[in-house]
This record gives sequence, C-alpha cells and structure tokens, in this order.
Amino acid sequence: MCGIVGLFLKNPAMRAQLGQHLSVMLIGMTERGPDSAGIAVYHRPTGASQCKLTLFHADPHYHWRQVGGGLGEGLACEVDIEIKANHAVVTVAADEAAARRWLKENHPELRVMGYGQLMEVYKDMGLPAEVVDKYGVRSMEGSHAIGHTRMATESAVTTEHSHPFTAAPDMCLVHNGSLSNHNNLRKWLRRRGHEFETDNDSEVAARYFAHRLGEGASLPEALEAGLADLDGFYTFTMGTRDGFAVLRDGIACKPAVLAETDDWVAMASEFRSLANLPGVEDATIWEPKPAVVYTWSLQ
Amino acid sequence: MTVDPRALRPSAAFSQQVLAEIHRAADQGLYEIRGFGTKRKLPSFDDLVFLGASVSRYPLEGYREKCATDVWLGTRFAKNPIHLKIPITIAGMSFGALGANAKEAIGRACTEIGTSSTTGDGGMTEEERRSSKTLVYQVLPSRYGLNPDDLRRADAIEVVVGQGAKPGGGGMLLGMKITERVAKMRDLPVGIDQRSACRHPDWTGPDDLTIKIQEIREITNWEKPIYVKVGATRTRYDVALAVKAGADVVVVDGMQGGTAATQDVFIEHVGIPTLPAVRLAVEALQELDMHRKVQLIVSGGIRSGADAGKALALGADAVSIGSAAMVALGCNKPVHVEDYHKIGTEPGYCHHCHTGLCPVGVTTQVPELQARLHPEQGAHWLRNYLSVMTLELQTVARACGKSHVHNLEPDDLVALTVEAAAMAGVPLAGTNWIPGRNNY
Amino acid sequence: MITFDLAEASVRDLNQRLHDLPEDTNERAWRVLNPKGAHALAAGLERPIEVLIEGHVGYYCAGMNKEATVIIDGHCGVGVAENMMSGEVRVKGNASQSAGASAHGGLLVIEGDASARCGISMKGVDIVVGGSVGHMSGFMAQTGTLVVCGDAGQSLGDSIYEAKIFVQGKVESLGADCVEKKIGEHHLAKLSRLLARAGIKADPRNFRRYGSARKLYNFHIDHADAY
Repeated sequence: MCGIVGLFLKNPAMRAQLGQHLSVMLIGMTERGPDSAGIAVYHRPTGASQCKLTLFHADPHYHWRQVGGGLGEGLACEVDIEIKANHAVVTVAADEAAARRWLKENHPELRVMGYGQLMEVYKDMGLPAEVVDKYGVRSMEGSHAIGHTRMATESAVTTEHSHPFTAAPDMCLVHNGSLSNHNNLRKWLRRRGHEFETDNDSEVAARYFAHRLGEGASLPEALEAGLADLDGFYTFTMGTRDGFAVLRDGIACKPAVLAETDDWVAMASEFRSLANLPGVEDATIWEPKPAVVYTWSLQ
Repeated sequence: MTVDPRALRPSAAFSQQVLAEIHRAADQGLYEIRGFGTKRKLPSFDDLVFLGASVSRYPLEGYREKCATDVWLGTRFAKNPIHLKIPITIAGMSFGALGANAKEAIGRACTEIGTSSTTGDGGMTEEERRSSKTLVYQVLPSRYGLNPDDLRRADAIEVVVGQGAKPGGGGMLLGMKITERVAKMRDLPVGIDQRSACRHPDWTGPDDLTIKIQEIREITNWEKPIYVKVGATRTRYDVALAVKAGADVVVVDGMQGGTAATQDVFIEHVGIPTLPAVRLAVEALQELDMHRKVQLIVSGGIRSGADAGKALALGADAVSIGSAAMVALGCNKPVHVEDYHKIGTEPGYCHHCHTGLCPVGVTTQVPELQARLHPEQGAHWLRNYLSVMTLELQTVARACGKSHVHNLEPDDLVALTVEAAAMAGVPLAGTNWIPGRNNY
Repeated sequence: MITFDLAEASVRDLNQRLHDLPEDTNERAWRVLNPKGAHALAAGLERPIEVLIEGHVGYYCAGMNKEATVIIDGHCGVGVAENMMSGEVRVKGNASQSAGASAHGGLLVIEGDASARCGISMKGVDIVVGGSVGHMSGFMAQTGTLVVCGDAGQSLGDSIYEAKIFVQGKVESLGADCVEKKIGEHHLAKLSRLLARAGIKADPRNFRRYGSARKLYNFHIDHADAY
C-alpha cells in the first residue's frame, strides 16, 4: 500500500538540507507507492499571533489572491499568500480556527491540507519524483519532515486521499498498513463532531488521535489509546510541532526501520530510503517494537 | 394416531440441515469441516443468457467457419509467456487433498488437450510434472514443499493470496490424509491434523507483495509468468493492487470455489459469488488500462462451456475449473454406493473429501480406493469433458457471430433476474435496465 | 575474488551472472559493493560459491539459497535466506523480520539481533542467533533448530510442530502449545556443534529447550482457546 519516511534533525547545521534529504528518502519509496505522494515539513515558524494554512485547489489558475484579500477583510487582519503549483501557503494574523471557519463558509471548494504555526503540507497524485519537483521540496529547509508514497488499497486515488492527513494544528499522520475497523470509528468520531473529507482509513486514524489530544491526552497517551481502539495492521509516523512519533500495531507485519546518529533520527518503511543519509554507515539501526510508542522532540 | 402429513410445516430458517448441524455441533463441539464448494443457491451464470444470432447479427457455421479458442497468458513481463489451446485451465488442487492418480490423470488430460494444470498446497509431485506439459506452481502461505528447483521447472508461478472457498483461511488437511508420502513432502508428522497459516510468512500487503514478486522473478531470471490468485471479496481493489504489485496474470476465485477441507462457515458465508467478481475484476483492469495486458482467469463454480462463455463475455481471458474437473474424474458418480454410505452420504450429495475415503478414488490417499481411478481412464474422462466444454463454448460464440471466443462481450448477454443484472452489470432481459447503473 | 559494484550495474545483472555460473565454475569468490538496501540480492543461487556483500541489504537476500555461502557485512531486511535449501548465510549485523522463513536446510547465522518471526514456518533449517529475537519467533516451526543466545520476544514457538528451540536469555512469553522441555546430553551435544559451526561462543548448559506440547496435533474442542 505505501511507503513512509520521516526525518528529524538533531543538528541545526543540517536544517538547510532537510528538503534535499527527504526528497531522496521519498523517491526511494516509489515502488511501494507509485500513485501519489505527500510531505509535511516543519519550518518557517509564524509569529505568536499568526498561523499558517496550506490550501489546495486543482485548478492551476485558481484565484488565490482574491481568497487572500477576502480572508484579510473577513478577519480584519494581515494575510500573506505564497503560491506553489496547486497549493498555497496562507499566513494569517489570526487564530487558525477562525481562519478555517471563514474558509469553510466562503470557499468550501478549497481543501485545507494542514495548519498550525510551523507545518506545511504538500500532497498530490503522481510519482514521488514529480511531487517533489512540483513543490520545490529539495530546497526546503526545516527541523523535521515526514513523507508518504501511496499505493491506494481501499479508497480512491485522488489528491485528497493522499497522505499526510492532518487533524490538529501542526499535527499530521502517515500510515502504512490497513485498518479493519475504521468505518465504525469514523461514525463514532462523526458523532463527536469530527468531519471527514475522504473514506480513507488513514484519515480516521489522524482524526482519532486529534480527538484524544483534544481531550487532553499527551501524545504518548493518545498513541497508547490508539493501540486499544484501532484494529488492523499499521505503522504510523506522526509529525508534531516538536518532533515525530512512530507506532506499530501489536502484530507488526508492516515494516519499519529506524536509524539514528548524533545528527539525525530517520524512519522509513525500507532501509533503502535511509541508505543515502550522511553518516548512515555508522548509524544505529533498529526496528521499532510492536505496540511501543516511540517519540522524539526538539528540546 | 396417524400424523396428517399436510400438517407438517417445515421451517425455512430451521431447516432439516440446520437442525442436524446444531445437533451435531452440540455433540461434537467443533465446527463442521467439509469439502466441495458452496452448496446453497447463489446468483450465478445460470441467471445470464446469450443473445444469439438475429436479423441484425449473423452466426458462424459450425466446424467450417473458424472459432478460435487459444489464449496467451503472461505477456506483461515474462520472457516465456504461456500459449494455451483452450481458455479453460485446471485450478490448483493439492497432492494430499487429491491422490497421485488423480493428479496424474489431470496432467495427462491437460497435455492432450493443450491447457495447463496447477499444483497445490503441498508442492509439486513428479507425476504431475511428468504428465502435465504446462504446469503452474503455487506459492502459498504454508510454503509446504516449496523449493527453487520446482520453481525453475514450472511453466508459471501462482502466488496465492487466497481462494474462493475460504478467503482469509489457510490450507487444511486432516490426519487421515497425512500419509508418509504427504507428510514427507510437507515436513509434517504423519497423521496429525495440519494447521496452516493464513498469511504468507514473509510479506503482508501489496507493497511487500511487489518486492516478493520481484524476488521470484529474480530467482527465475524473469522467464516465467507470475500469477496472483485471490478469493473474491474486495475484488476491485484486489485486482488493481495485484496489477500494481507487478502480476502478469490475476486469478479471481468466486465463493463457489471448492476445497478438499475447510470450515463450512467459510465456504457458505465468506466471499462474493463469481458473477459480480468477474465484472469487478474487469472494471479494475479497464480503469488501469490493463485489460488484456494483464490477463484475468476466473474460477469458482464453472461447470460448462456456457459458464466459460459467460465469463469470457464479461471480460475474462480464461476460466479455471476445480470441482468440475473432479466430477469428470468420478466425484459423486453413483458407483460403489455402499462406500458412500460408509462415510454417511449418497452419490450426488457427497462433499466428504476431508474424510480421505473418497469412494471413487479422487480425494483419497488410501491405496485400495485410489486404485479405483486409473490415470489413463481419468485422463480420458477429463479430456472428453474439456473437449465438450470447448465445443459448447464455440457453439455459443459462433451463435453470437464470433470468430474468436475472446470477441464475446458483455453486450452479448442479458440477465434473467434483477440480482444477476446488478451483479454482472448487464441489462435485465427485455429492458435497458442495469440496477445501480442507469435510471429506468 | 570478483568484485561487482551495484553502483555501476544492476541487481538483475548480478543475479544473472551468478545464476549463469556453470557447475564446474572457478569463479567462486565474489564481493558485492554498494548494496544500499537493494532487494533479492544473491537470490536463487545454486553453486558452491562464496558471495560477500559489503553493506546493508534489503528484503530476501539469499532467498531460496542452495549450496552457496552468502555473507552480509551489514544488516539485512525482511526474509533473509527465506526458503533456503542448503549452504550457509551469515549476517554480521541485525536481521529484520521473518529471517529464515520456511527454510528447509543449511545454516543461517545472525550475529546480531533478529527481529519478529525469526524462523517462522521453518522446515529443517538450522538458525543460530548471536543476539535476541523478536516476537512470534519460531511461529509454526515444523522441523529444524533455532538457537538464540540472547532473549526471545513474546509468543515464542506459537503453534510449533517438531522444531527445537534453544534460548540462553529470557523468554518474554511462550506461544500456543510451546513448552519448556528437558535438556539431555544429546541436546547439549547438538547445541555445541551448532554453536561451533556458527562460530559463536556460548556454553550449551546455559540454554533452555522449548518444543511442542503436541496438544494441537488433532483438532479437539478442549483446545479451542488455543485457536
């Protein structure tokens, strides 16, 4: 179904090459996922009173400037727009919930790919190499990033169905595997106010974790709760504001490899995506244990 | 006092069979295990009919005007694709489930008529490699008897994800049939009840299947077609994923597909019928623009040339038979009737392959019973049956004006019931209505 | 020694060259560079040659190996030496899941740790692990021997048939129908021989033996819980 990758830089001196390394890692997972690809990169923090949202519209001639203008008027604040192919990163001097509400009411045709103060999400159909080029990933700097290459299993191949899925500020999820009780979970979450954009099982997982976090659980607590409530086979990699987390189900049939040096921690579905990282020859390489929460953060 | 028979009201829900089964379960405390395929009535090819020749469509003359039946399998990646004379193959059935004479009979018949046979869960026997000119070698979750020498001397390789009788279940062979020879092939103790894995040991999911298929290609130097076989469940996704994982051929086995032994609950309640499975598989291939480039073999309750024709008309490249082949070899024939009684059944009702006491010598390891099936005689019967199927197929194809059976198309069919129309995606006879597709 | 650099040529070229070696070949020593996690390296070998791979490999390295000796100077991915028939495969680093899956014969040595399902479905191979093994190791192990010098994860030997498992360290838990068994002199001798062949130093007397309780050999309602 998929390949997933994650890179977390411990050494700030490497931040300029984040996008370059992640691109190579992502392209290494092309055979696992030729249908679509996506990345979430954590960089360019906004000011404290600002937030940014990554938006998508399929029309290459979409009137983004108009949206920016409307949003600024509607929320009486400053808005900046950076257009990248069919995505736009909108920085708003307002609260992200208010911005998302305004967009939903006034431009329901737009998809919100990600939001927060650090995270930008880019995803589309096509080979990983194409997606990487489209959004200029190679030149992106940042502290951490996760990525996903998709071979669709039980839902459609569309931009919206691609991973990462986001369900909370600066939080997103990529998934390799296949959940077996996501349809019931989706109904359970809907009854608790969550809205879904796709019929994809990974979106259910993302919103489930967001729900637990929203209830006040810490990240490890939310992931532990997932072990009990999510059924099926999965390796999850989650991006968070401060770092990333990895979780495998108790049976652990889907692969996962971790590698760590003094400079970075990296995760991938197969070793070949890690094979070109600087210093990998001397890295500690191991596999995460089933049903154990692994987290790394910038502290 | 005499009972008025008119007052005896049978219950549809608690039928005689259901009552007997509950009594049996209460006695034995274990689920019912049996052979054969689904016995309850399902929407099937019987609910479709062909639109033969008419004023607007002209038939071909039998015999003189060619109606070709050959098929190429494995053209996508294999250096040596397979060319069969007829689009009807023999499905995977294990040595262990079947006796050696049955396997040899099948091999000989296939060689004579120009089609392929398939090994099963237990590995390749010398008899079947020697007797069958075109042999497909299965790679199953159990990996019993799997070895690179047999991989290299196979003509094609079939990675089995599942089968129609039990999608999600592994192989099963009860102790009685685990003889010295079977045990040796499978590396099991003699006489135990074989427990089998339902997932492959070294891959799970289409992304890892991709890598597994590549390994098999590497080991065989990319020479042989690789098939991926699934039991029909989420067929559209499965076929798309098999294509993306790199299969040359996809084999879809509907719920009617047989087995020599599994839990009755699997056979009757898991999987979808072959009728919708064919359509879903073809649509998946068409969406990927891979129809005819990745070939589709359909199995599960194929019994005649008419069934084969309907499967081909819906878009399959070939069909595969299992249960029907065994019937041709004598399964359920009214001979040795006392031996049917001994295992608690009658000819025509027997599904007792799991007992290993097949009265006609097909699904047994007992030498005295096996002796009742002579390989030459069995080969003769099966060859005749395959010939008849082919002639029937050609008959309906010619009536529809086709010079090659592959030119049969969905528009040559209409359905007799609403369910069949919806499942097969063809109109209800006399109307333009395809339930679920168009408003009418 | 013939050197083959995967930075210059493909896995397909390497495997074809190794497959094309005639029975009486004198090209018996091979060195493979830059594997970088590639899959199916040296799969399907059938000559008594030695192949040394320098670096980490991907899935199914030395898959279905016959006769050859394959040494991986690094870590390996899923299914190393899967379905091996004979010969020797040695991993100097760690192995991923399903090491030696369904293997029929030969010797598989993992000097580091093996991950989940080590020896799953094994059918006669000898596996010696210098480190620890992950959960579900020896799952449905039919025949052969699994020797673990470190610890074993959960559900060791679940559904085991007649294979033998020896563990020196801790066993997190035993799987269905797998029990500890008495160790006799002949077991110690066998263990000694295997450790020597593997080139791993350990005292056989520190090991415990595990095998099938044989309660699942025939379907019986009293054991329904185990299914």
